[in-house]
Amino acid sequence: MAVKRRPLRTKILLHLGLMPFLIFALFPFYHMTLTSLKTDRELYDRTAVPLLIRQGPTLDHYQKLLWESGFLVWIKNSLLVTLLATTASVAIGTVAAYALARLKFFGVGPFGTGIFVTYLVPTSLLFLPLAQVVHWLGLADSKWALVVTYPTFLVPFCTWLLMGYFRTVPKEVEECAMVDGATRVQALLRIVLPIAIPGLVCAVLFAFTLSWNEFIYALTFTSSSEQITASVGVTSELIRGDIYFWGGLMAGAVLASVPIVLLYVFFLDYYVSGLTAGAVK
Amino acid sequence: MAVGTVRVQPSVPRSGLRVRELLDHERFLGPAFVTPALLLMTLLVAYPFCMALYFSVSNAFIGRPSHFVGLRNFVTLWQSDSFRQTFQNAFVFTGVAVAFKLVLGTALALMLNEQMWFKRLIRGAVLLPWVIPTALSTLGWWWMFNSLYSVVNWTGISLGLMDPPGPNWLGQKYYAMSAVVAVNIWRGLPFFAILILAGLVSIPKELYEAAEADGAGAASRFWHVTLPLLKPVLAIVVLFSTIFTFSDFNIVYVLTHGGPINSTHLFATLARQVGLESGQIGQGAAISLYLFPVLVLVVWAQLKFVRRQVY
Repeated sequence: MAVKRRPLRTKILLHLGLMPFLIFALFPFYHMTLTSLKTDRELYDRTAVPLLIRQGPTLDHYQKLLWESGFLVWIKNSLLVTLLATTASVAIGTVAAYALARLKFFGVGPFGTGIFVTYLVPTSLLFLPLAQVVHWLGLADSKWALVVTYPTFLVPFCTWLLMGYFRTVPKEVEECAMVDGATRVQALLRIVLPIAIPGLVCAVLFAFTLSWNEFIYALTFTSSSEQITASVGVTSELIRGDIYFWGGLMAGAVLASVPIVLLYVFFLDYYVSGLTAGAVK
Repeated sequence: MAVGTVRVQPSVPRSGLRVRELLDHERFLGPAFVTPALLLMTLLVAYPFCMALYFSVSNAFIGRPSHFVGLRNFVTLWQSDSFRQTFQNAFVFTGVAVAFKLVLGTALALMLNEQMWFKRLIRGAVLLPWVIPTALSTLGWWWMFNSLYSVVNWTGISLGLMDPPGPNWLGQKYYAMSAVVAVNIWRGLPFFAILILAGLVSIPKELYEAAEADGAGAASRFWHVTLPLLKPVLAIVVLFSTIFTFSDFNIVYVLTHGGPINSTHLFATLARQVGLESGQIGQGAAISLYLFPVLVLVVWAQLKFVRRQVY
């Protein structure tokens, strides 16, 4: 009995130790959601308890957000940019990763190092000259500038991630197919890619998340309300001159995070493994 | 026989055969496969980087022809208070945030590695701040640090930890820096915890059993078994986090815009303010380039020490 009890006590202690971390991680989201559901009267009542809703929840802020601001346009822009940039980057990354993992050709080593270095280049290093390039391309203040520039950080990431997955596919499987008359391209499409599907899912998820969350390029390259993405729209257009904008602002922040939260809930394990593989491999 | 097959083949269209043969040849297929990525990296990474180098030694100004001015931008920057303040901020911000993330991340990973109830749920919750768009979650923090309705202050006052009305988080120098550091820790902690956890899982159980048999206590096992074996993972995590923390933009931009009086500006936010808001692209580019030495250092360390151990 005494032997059985001790693990239980350490287990409870362990969970108590985790509590502060969980509160730290989750409280901001709780508070944001709560704020977005409160009536203005309760929100700006300095005697009210900020941790609870006492005067009933309301969807007012969400209604105003959807029908009286450009929110839906921003979401549409975000979706367009994210889907196109993700598709292009995963395609370019897949072939590049396959070449790095499997093929021997002139310059393969330096190219691999180049990809790794680009992977580490922060977006905040190059946004000023890129703004100039975007201008020359005739894409100033256009969401297409984002479709073109997001692959600069997505492709190195996808390549790096997928290279690790391709290396885990045994060479023999592919060689068997090629002995049977398949070309390399056929072997890649029919044999290697189906085996590497978990890796592809990871690459798609991360590319989607990274472009949905991107902020500095979107803030720099686009500015008019018809072109901006959700995170820029919420941070720049929902803040009004007076101080009573918080309900709508939090509603925007919560709603613009929903696509990522949904993906996250369904594919949690892919996020964990992709995070590990992306950094370590 | 071999001659026979060659003679049969002209029935296949020539060009189709050629492409097929070429595609099967690694020497051609390899370059063909990396060309799209290479073009992208040349046009939109390497070329802008060269432009940044040129801008930094020119007097480029939005909508005006630029001239070479040598190192004047860098000299001007060193003479300005706002830049020297930013330089100092960047190191304080990165040093403090990475140190906290390392210690807290290790502690969190050690706990996550134990048998837990609701294991998946807890892991999911821990990783959440890292997945949500930073610009948006930082808006939540902005509200939590609001000067009138701060829930942080309300909680602190209710628990008797603060004297009312509590600090004006984003309006006072040191509090503002603590606030941006706190949000950075909040966002970066999951990255540390999950990667360190992956490192912990890969340590063989037998080593702990052997150490325990030799009479090593929990603390001694941590110092002599866990920590040495965790070193490569810790090195990777710290290197990655250093470059991403040093180049941070979103948190400071949303939370403080660099204020009060430049006390929270980082290179990225100051570069934007100088380069875009005041239009001095040359000086802005020079500020951005201060991120480069740190990038070089991290890349060098990764290539030299870390990748060798992983492969």
